[in-house]
Amino acid sequence: MSEILGNIHSIESCGTVDGPGIRFVVFVQGCPLRCKYCHNPDTWDKKTNQLMSVDEIMTQYDGVKEFCHGGITVTGGEPLCQMEFVTALFKKAQEKGIHTALDTSGLLFNPNDTSKIDELLKYTSLVLLDIKHIDDEEHKKLTKHSNRTILAFAKYLSDIKKPMWVRHVVVPGITFDKAYLARLGQFMATLHNIAALDVLPYHDMAIPKYRNLGIPYPLEGVPPLSKEQALEAKSTILAAYKQAREEMETHSS
Amino acid sequence: MSEITSEMQSATEGFVGGKWQTEINVRDFIQKNYTLYEGDASFLAGPTEATKKLWEMCCELTKKEREKGGVLDMDTKVVSSIVSHGAGYLDKNLETIVGFQTDAPFKRSLQPFGGIRMAETSCKSYGYEVDPEISEIFTKYRKTHNQGVFDVYTPEMKAARHSGIITGLPDAYGRGRIIGDYRRVALYGIDRLIQDKQEQFKSLEGEMTPERIQLREEIAEQIRALKEMIELGKIYGFDISKPARTAKEAIQWLYFGYLSAVKEQNGAAMSLGRTSTFLDIYIERDLKKGLITEEQAQEMIDHFIMKLRLVKFARTPEYNELFSGDPTWVTESIGGVGVDGRPLVTKNSFRYLRTLENLGTAPEPNLTVLWSKRLPHAFKEYCAHISIKTSSIQYENDDMMRVTHGDDYAIACCVSSMVVGKEMQFFGARANLAKCMLYAINGGIDEKSKEQIGPKYRPITSEYLDYDEVMDRYETMMEWLAGLYVNTLNIIHYMHDKYCYERSQMALHDRDVKRYFATGIAGLSVVADSLSAIKYAKVKTIRDENGVVVDYEVEGDFPKYGNNDDRVDQIAVEIVKKFMGMIRKHFTYRNSIPTMSILTITSNVVYGKKTGNTPDGRKAGIPLAPGANPMHGRDTHGAVASLASVAKLPFNDAQDGISNTFSIIPNALGKDEVFMGDLDIQLDCGCCEGTCK
Repeated sequence: MSEILGNIHSIESCGTVDGPGIRFVVFVQGCPLRCKYCHNPDTWDKKTNQLMSVDEIMTQYDGVKEFCHGGITVTGGEPLCQMEFVTALFKKAQEKGIHTALDTSGLLFNPNDTSKIDELLKYTSLVLLDIKHIDDEEHKKLTKHSNRTILAFAKYLSDIKKPMWVRHVVVPGITFDKAYLARLGQFMATLHNIAALDVLPYHDMAIPKYRNLGIPYPLEGVPPLSKEQALEAKSTILAAYKQAREEMETHSS
Repeated sequence: MSEITSEMQSATEGFVGGKWQTEINVRDFIQKNYTLYEGDASFLAGPTEATKKLWEMCCELTKKEREKGGVLDMDTKVVSSIVSHGAGYLDKNLETIVGFQTDAPFKRSLQPFGGIRMAETSCKSYGYEVDPEISEIFTKYRKTHNQGVFDVYTPEMKAARHSGIITGLPDAYGRGRIIGDYRRVALYGIDRLIQDKQEQFKSLEGEMTPERIQLREEIAEQIRALKEMIELGKIYGFDISKPARTAKEAIQWLYFGYLSAVKEQNGAAMSLGRTSTFLDIYIERDLKKGLITEEQAQEMIDHFIMKLRLVKFARTPEYNELFSGDPTWVTESIGGVGVDGRPLVTKNSFRYLRTLENLGTAPEPNLTVLWSKRLPHAFKEYCAHISIKTSSIQYENDDMMRVTHGDDYAIACCVSSMVVGKEMQFFGARANLAKCMLYAINGGIDEKSKEQIGPKYRPITSEYLDYDEVMDRYETMMEWLAGLYVNTLNIIHYMHDKYCYERSQMALHDRDVKRYFATGIAGLSVVADSLSAIKYAKVKTIRDENGVVVDYEVEGDFPKYGNNDDRVDQIAVEIVKKFMGMIRKHFTYRNSIPTMSILTITSNVVYGKKTGNTPDGRKAGIPLAPGANPMHGRDTHGAVASLASVAKLPFNDAQDGISNTFSIIPNALGKDEVFMGDLDIQLDCGCCEGTCK
């Protein structure tokens, strides 16, 4: 069997924001989405960047494992574009007792054939699911894709009881909206696998990257979300989540 | 019972006895008496009104000083000594700890023993002039350290110094990097210390070898300094001939010991030692007796730290340029773990760090946490909290240094470790190994001045550089540099002992101190990357009309130091081992033990200016990376990989310390509670345990 190679964008040995603890973060190259607020536009292109084997990555991990107690996160780019490779990597990692986190948009989930993703999830400790927008029409405007498979994936993960963090980027004028945030909270209330909510305030630090790539910045003029606004967004989501939960309990009892 | 013994007994009532009572042994006193604190920071007190007022005055004076161009006032008439000035205060009624270097805060003292020219230049550059009579005395009648050194330097040494291949040499000012055991003043009182020194003096009779004569003369000077320290106490209304009886006295006595040092010496680093846990013993006793409250304890520490922040020396603009400011390196070592496994963390360790909140952030004193895996968790959390809030804590690896120095060592300057009162070092600036590589390529010709500075070895004549050939030439050139460097330092330290001896600091040392001969290197990452480029890519030489290589073209990519890649990291390791081995081959002054540091915090900028284009593609004038850091922007695999490369460097061959300057924006260290919602969500499935620690 020929060795599976991953198309890797870069590796961060001190990842502190992509899952629990200090993590070894693998950024894969290539993504089908074009989120307007994306801060890694350099990972969009599916062109071959740097091919690495599972062993090569594990060797790099071994060199820093004393510090990366959190485990390994694969993000991108979209890890599900390279499902076989990520499966092989996570399998190897879990054999060694390493915590694995999959940071994905879930767009490539195929509810009609889950065999491949089941294999990957078998070796995945935690899914970081990026719900870009709770409203389908707005989701299309933001990413050029529907959110239906994404929400279906969330449900699926809940059904198989796979631990999950919901990550949600809050952008002024796009997702920073009481009604949308509440709907997200209500949706989350229907799930039974959520371990954390990760509210990500929008920032514009990626502007130089866009400039370097010669891509016009889609959110020109949109101000970064302040810490206070992020707090507000978080409590809106959680309030809706709790209320929905209480109502569900009343109905069931 | 002698008077000294009875004074000691009453002053130390309530303390557990031990060897420290019969010999000068502060460590034993600490070990027998300190109270380990494993709780959190909630006990700490904020600044008192007096603290706030005093600090406001300091800020006001700092502002005035800045407006005046960097110096508020300078003494031009009185040569600084322990007893040269009357008392100086900010506000006598508010200060719980007193004493300044001169008779007024912010007035810089005149210290000509290191070199009169340096003193004159520093005065002149701020619009002052040294009293002509003093200039005359220190030119005609009293030789200085600087003059001694230049009387003896060889032409080769002067040339190497001028070109910057050896640089930052302490040949015109105090060498610093010596830490007196200032705690002794508090615990024993000066009378007892004099008694001890007199016994030492007596023990050195018999055969008068030059070494013994030198030591006898030094001890005589030390005793003289101790007597002056008593006078200094009297100037401020205290009798420090006796041991300290209270926490306030202990802090004050200790500070007088330190103040004596900075009144006499303007060393590049005038570090404090390891005082927080020692002082905690006194504070605990007073707290238990109900003599003071926590607010008062914190106030005394705040005021003490304030004094340390106001230590100032007259420097020249060039000096300030080299060190990017006006540093004094008042380093205080906090925490660490004892050899018996008990952490040396006390409530006072917290109080010292708390000053960064109570007085606001400041680079001095250089609060250094001796970090161990075994430090109490709550203390680690407080350190992290203060680091994130103020960016003002330095961390050093206690688990590594304890093996060499035990548990009563402290850091001088930024990384130099030494047992307090038992070890000292001869500070040795650094050799520029990046420039040395260029000399190897050009057969000793300086790439900037085109002068023959190094020996006229065979230059490399090929168009493309060959790794084995460059390594071979480089080693020969490093051998030359190591010899020249060590011998230059031998001269400097001989003359410093002779003309600018640190009598007050050495009075607070044992008779037989272990001396380190602390060399240093600069440019390690440039060297490693250059050699990696030569080995793994192709490096083409570009020559001037005389065939001197002035630039390099790198074709292809190569592994870069700072990515945890052994192909290049091992080159860095090899260079460190080799150069240290070469240093060890030479005679070092006073049987000192050669060590090496890979350390530059700021001076790497100036060293970069003095270094031409290098084979790694770095352009002339670009700063070298600080210390053992990877070159800026070349570590592309994140902080851990970068640090892992640095961590490979062998401590045994760089015992004087390896520094890595690390900046990170707090947000990149993770999210605070604001963005982590998991605390609020009631988990309703049993499957999520273990996803968050």
